[in-house]
Amino acid sequence: MPQSSRPSATKKSAPHPYPLPVTNGGRGINAGAPQADEGHSGKEEALSPRVTFPNKVLPYLLVAPQLAITAVFFYWPAGQALYQSMLREDPFGLNSKFVWFDNFARVLSDPNYVNSLKVTVVFSIATAFVSMAVALLLAVMADKVIRGRGIYRTLMIWPYAVAPAIAGMLWLFLFNPSIGTLAYGLRWLGFDWNPLLDGTDAMVLVVTAASWKQISYNFLFFVAGLQAIPKTLIEAAAIDGAGETKRFWTIVFPLLAPTTFFLLVVNTVYAFFDTFGIIHAVTGGGPGKATETLVYKVYNDGFVNLILGDSAAQSVILMVIVIGLTAFQFRFVEKKVHYG
Amino acid sequence: MIGSSPIRTFIAHAVLILGILIVAFPIYYTFVASTHSLQTILRPPLPLLPGDRFWENYSTALFGGIGRIGGVSVGTLLYNTTVVALAIAIGKIVISIVSAYAIVFFRFPFRMTFFWLIFITLMLPVEVRILPTYKVMVDLGLIDTYAGLTLPLMASATATLLFRQFFMTIPGELVEAARVDGAGPFRFFKDILLPLSKTNIAALFVIQFIYGWTQYLWPLLVTNRNDMNTIVIALRKMISFADADTEWHLVMVTCMLAIIPPILVVVLMQRWFVRGLVDTEK
Repeated sequence: MPQSSRPSATKKSAPHPYPLPVTNGGRGINAGAPQADEGHSGKEEALSPRVTFPNKVLPYLLVAPQLAITAVFFYWPAGQALYQSMLREDPFGLNSKFVWFDNFARVLSDPNYVNSLKVTVVFSIATAFVSMAVALLLAVMADKVIRGRGIYRTLMIWPYAVAPAIAGMLWLFLFNPSIGTLAYGLRWLGFDWNPLLDGTDAMVLVVTAASWKQISYNFLFFVAGLQAIPKTLIEAAAIDGAGETKRFWTIVFPLLAPTTFFLLVVNTVYAFFDTFGIIHAVTGGGPGKATETLVYKVYNDGFVNLILGDSAAQSVILMVIVIGLTAFQFRFVEKKVHYG
Repeated sequence: MIGSSPIRTFIAHAVLILGILIVAFPIYYTFVASTHSLQTILRPPLPLLPGDRFWENYSTALFGGIGRIGGVSVGTLLYNTTVVALAIAIGKIVISIVSAYAIVFFRFPFRMTFFWLIFITLMLPVEVRILPTYKVMVDLGLIDTYAGLTLPLMASATATLLFRQFFMTIPGELVEAARVDGAGPFRFFKDILLPLSKTNIAALFVIQFIYGWTQYLWPLLVTNRNDMNTIVIALRKMISFADADTEWHLVMVTCMLAIIPPILVVVLMQRWFVRGLVDTEK
């Protein structure tokens, strides 16, 4: 296993601004097994000789704070989640029984869970698509203008600083059926708009809020990606007579693929996990269960309905999804980065 | 440049301005709402221009209105949120810079094991382990404390990875020269590594400050007392669409107060912010 993970070990790893599960870590995730340790560090030194300090105790003290927090707040609870996911407990924690995979079986066959899985998928695809499409359009335009580029960027990055929950509230204020000005406008135009009663309207509202918040992030990445494309290629195509639209779809867009793939994963993760605030503040999962995403359901089952075993099983399923997304990023996204 | 005819440039500007109008509109409109009276807000459509209640509404929200939001003043909420955001940003930077320092500049048994243990936490965001983490907090007595609000969010692999990445680009000669000159690990860290890392620290600070300020799920779980709420959570509690009691003009003022500080940080520290986001991701 160390051998297989070795070649990529010196590659750049890239942290994400959120503690999101996905990052360009640059290594296969399976290489994390402890037994890889000795051979691993030995080889690393052989490859990249590094001058180090000889202290024996100091390094342990330096990593201690992070490891302590990691152990107490990450590994211990994650282990608990795994254990609890196989327990059947009453809400007061008085009785518990080890039931192996019963919780998983029940959760996965529960129509409500399947529904929230569908809701999450629809929500994620819609959010990723809308926010990326708008951001790409704006980034392409920003790439064309010379004057005022800085001002446009400054004005475009605001939403990044707005908490998802507040973003949700702002849009809800605009589209609230009783006092929202835009809702008033929609009704005036003849739309029967009520996100508090209609599931589709509610979904449109949360997707709008979630996409709006993510536009700035995607915009910055698309701008950076566009700047990395060699201008000579585009000029050559222009000399050959390719029009602007054709140049975009045959040269710019394919060369932008690494950025697009990367953002696709980041946005999916964002929609899966970081939008809890929007759902909780705007719709509370409703109306009915029309906007109940997976994370919201874990919260709801665990904290509101107190079905501990089911909630833990859902947590474990979420963990598997996160690991899957991370693996996907490593295998497909990382390899496609070929510019620069 | 090719294809930069005046018409195309004009279209580009037009699209960008339209985009910015859409992006900025919700925030602008919140500001407009925060300067109108409750009666005006309750009768849509709301005017597009700010009203004349700016001082009245903001002073009521900031200094009057005792007993709103469960008896907690906006000042307390802003203070809580600032403490949480700063503690998370600074704590994260300190914790991760020293652990990255250990992992890159020392050789010791289990070094890579530790690195992987930190790295794998990327795959365990709060959202996937909320209930058990909450239980740990209860057992440790950390509910309704600043420690409880911040500690679990301080350890994350992202910052450690960033610093590790940066440290690996520092030439070994520099370390060697420092050692020849008699600098120990502390001296090297303080006089060479920290000054070199300034830009990275600034970039990380902006991103983590925003991250801390915008937290939602975690503060929602670990605070029961109203005076320990962050402003985002308190806002959620203020809003009720079901009854007519929601004081929208004050809600809107609180909204503005909740989004202005992080926006200022992002806009004023834009250079580091963009660097922190884009450069580290590539």
